[in-house]
Amino acid sequence: MKILVCISNVPDTTTKVKFKEGDSLFDDSGVQWIINPWDELALTRAMELKEDAGNSVNEICVIHVGGASADATLRKALAIGADKAVRIDACPADAYHVAGQIAEYLKENPFDIILSGIESSDYNGSSVGAMIAEFMDYPGISSVTSVNLDDDDIQINRAIPGGKQVLKTEAPFVAVVQKGIATEPRIPSMRGIMMARKKPLEVKPAVELEVLTESIKFELPQEKGACKMIDSESAEQLVELLKNEAKVL
Amino acid sequence: MSVIAFAKNWNGKFKNSTFELVSYTKALANQLNTNMVVLSIGEVAEEELKLLGNYGADKVLTVSNPQLNTLTSRAYADIVAKAANSVEAEVIVLSDNNSGKAIAPRVSVKLKAGHVAAVQELPLSLDPFVVKKSVFSGKAFGHIQIKSDKKILTIAKNCFGLVANPCDVAIEEFALDIDTNLFKVKIIQEEEQKDKVILSDADIVVSAGRGMRSPENWTPVEELAEVLGAATACSRPVSDEGWRGHEEHVGQTGKVIAPNLYIAAGISGAIQHVAGISRSKCIVAINTDPEAPIFSVADYGIVGDVMDVLPRLTKALRNSKS
Ligand SMILES: Cc1cc2nc3c(=O)[nH]c(=O)nc-3n(C[C@H](O)[C@H](O)[C@H](O)COP(=O)(O)OP(=O)(O)OC[C@H]3O[C@@H](n4cnc5c(N)ncnc54)[C@H](O)[C@@H]3O)c2cc1C
Ligand SMILES: Nc1ncnc2c1ncn2[C@@H]1O[C@H](COP(=O)(O)O)[C@@H](O)[C@H]1O
Repeated sequence: MKILVCISNVPDTTTKVKFKEGDSLFDDSGVQWIINPWDELALTRAMELKEDAGNSVNEICVIHVGGASADATLRKALAIGADKAVRIDACPADAYHVAGQIAEYLKENPFDIILSGIESSDYNGSSVGAMIAEFMDYPGISSVTSVNLDDDDIQINRAIPGGKQVLKTEAPFVAVVQKGIATEPRIPSMRGIMMARKKPLEVKPAVELEVLTESIKFELPQEKGACKMIDSESAEQLVELLKNEAKVL
Repeated sequence: MSVIAFAKNWNGKFKNSTFELVSYTKALANQLNTNMVVLSIGEVAEEELKLLGNYGADKVLTVSNPQLNTLTSRAYADIVAKAANSVEAEVIVLSDNNSGKAIAPRVSVKLKAGHVAAVQELPLSLDPFVVKKSVFSGKAFGHIQIKSDKKILTIAKNCFGLVANPCDVAIEEFALDIDTNLFKVKIIQEEEQKDKVILSDADIVVSAGRGMRSPENWTPVEELAEVLGAATACSRPVSDEGWRGHEEHVGQTGKVIAPNLYIAAGISGAIQHVAGISRSKCIVAINTDPEAPIFSVADYGIVGDVMDVLPRLTKALRNSKS
């Protein structure tokens, strides 16, 4: 089995966001880029599946749609353990465009399992995975909390509001993964980093595809008013404020 | 032309978030000067469908095939796209919940309709069509232009509220062939918690962090949640340590929630935690450290020990109820 993990390249989660050119563009000066946390966990799970000799995962490839500035992020994915990285050389303009590019790649290079994260921590589009499934006409499974293999038997757990489901599906399929898929993201070892240098990072040209949406402006949230402090002995006063001032009780 | 909303049901029942969706879509239809259609998939009693009329729906299309009682995103997306085409919908609106997140992107591809997830309010402008959404995990808002003729939105929970707008509803069966090829995923087991308030639906959430010090100390949290009819939640280290179940973890890597009231007990307020709760209407923080960052996002704060403050608060609420 071959697993493809979609990687989004995002600013570190502690980045203080700033905008430029009249608030129309994200200001990436000084930003540290990382593998989107969900994708890092997806890759970690893919590695675990490959290492488990009981099943037949023989290749893990990571794919990213974006410019050369993401190569460092892809190298990190290779250092974590992916066998191969592919970068489709296009500006990741919107989810439709990104998913369309990945689908084109999949048509030429089929995979059994495609993993994507529930959302990118930058634009929070939460769309790419399900869009790939639709472009390919594959089953897509959302809210996936675990993927288990027993030979070619695929079992998936997914979260539903207030509960969980266990599913069986046939390959190929797309799983959109969230919390639970792996516990801790794997950190590259020294050996992994050395080996990553020799692993293939293929750059593919993009195909012609429409862009349906565009971010035109950004704004920062309004500053919160000062927090009203209440004495720890005066729980009644808080109840009163929640009822009559905030009107949330 | 029209706008269409997909009203998901849970075991044949709608939730407040469904009615919020209908309220939003009605307002959008008014803005666009067109009519609104609501689509329901799976078996829902007529009485329940009529409730959609309380929020402005005058036409409901229903696909009451029992085969569709469980959601399959592929089949549902197919139906939503077909229904949208049949009423020549310009805008398709879904709730930004698990099912909306699974269906909307598929419909977007089918119809080449530009998609924006978790929209916060009515469009900022109609021509060009621009919507506002939260980006960078709550650290900013983006104004997104949809350039395609057809557009598809999911709307964030609690972004619009319920707007009563009683209408007479015409309920019509939307007939179509269901492609059984679209049911390749088989559910083999399902568990649902029945007794507790579901976190993603809850209006009030009582959440606790490492400041509780040990899993044995959770009783005051649960008691407070009980008087408030609230769901319980926790910070990531608490679920990582196994003190509480993973389904309670909120934040950037857990659930993103938007209740009316969020009470954070013994939570420091790290940026990744706040990413999951910043859209709450009102935040109350209880923490021994007056410098804890949670106070900078909270509306009300108490500096004090959780083991002391939580029982006091529970008592005050009980008293105010009786
Ligand atoms: C990539 C990434 C993703 C992350 N995602 C998330 C996420 O989704 N959700 C999340 O929550 N975290 C997340 N984190 C972790 C986050 O950075 C914090 O470490 C975490 O939120 C801290 O949890 P806490 O507030 O419970 O614990 P602490 O930071 O240890 O805070 C405990 C607080 O309790 C107070 N306290 C102690 N004793 C008492 C007492 N007796 N009474 C009252 N107050 C008391 C302390 O003053 C302190 O403020 C993420 C981190 C990373 C790097
Ligand atoms: N530019 C990209 N290249 C490859 N995969 C991506 C890209 N953007 C998003 N993804 C994948 O899609 C998931 C959801 O992203 P989004 O739809 O942008 O919120 C991410 O977790 C990635 O797995």
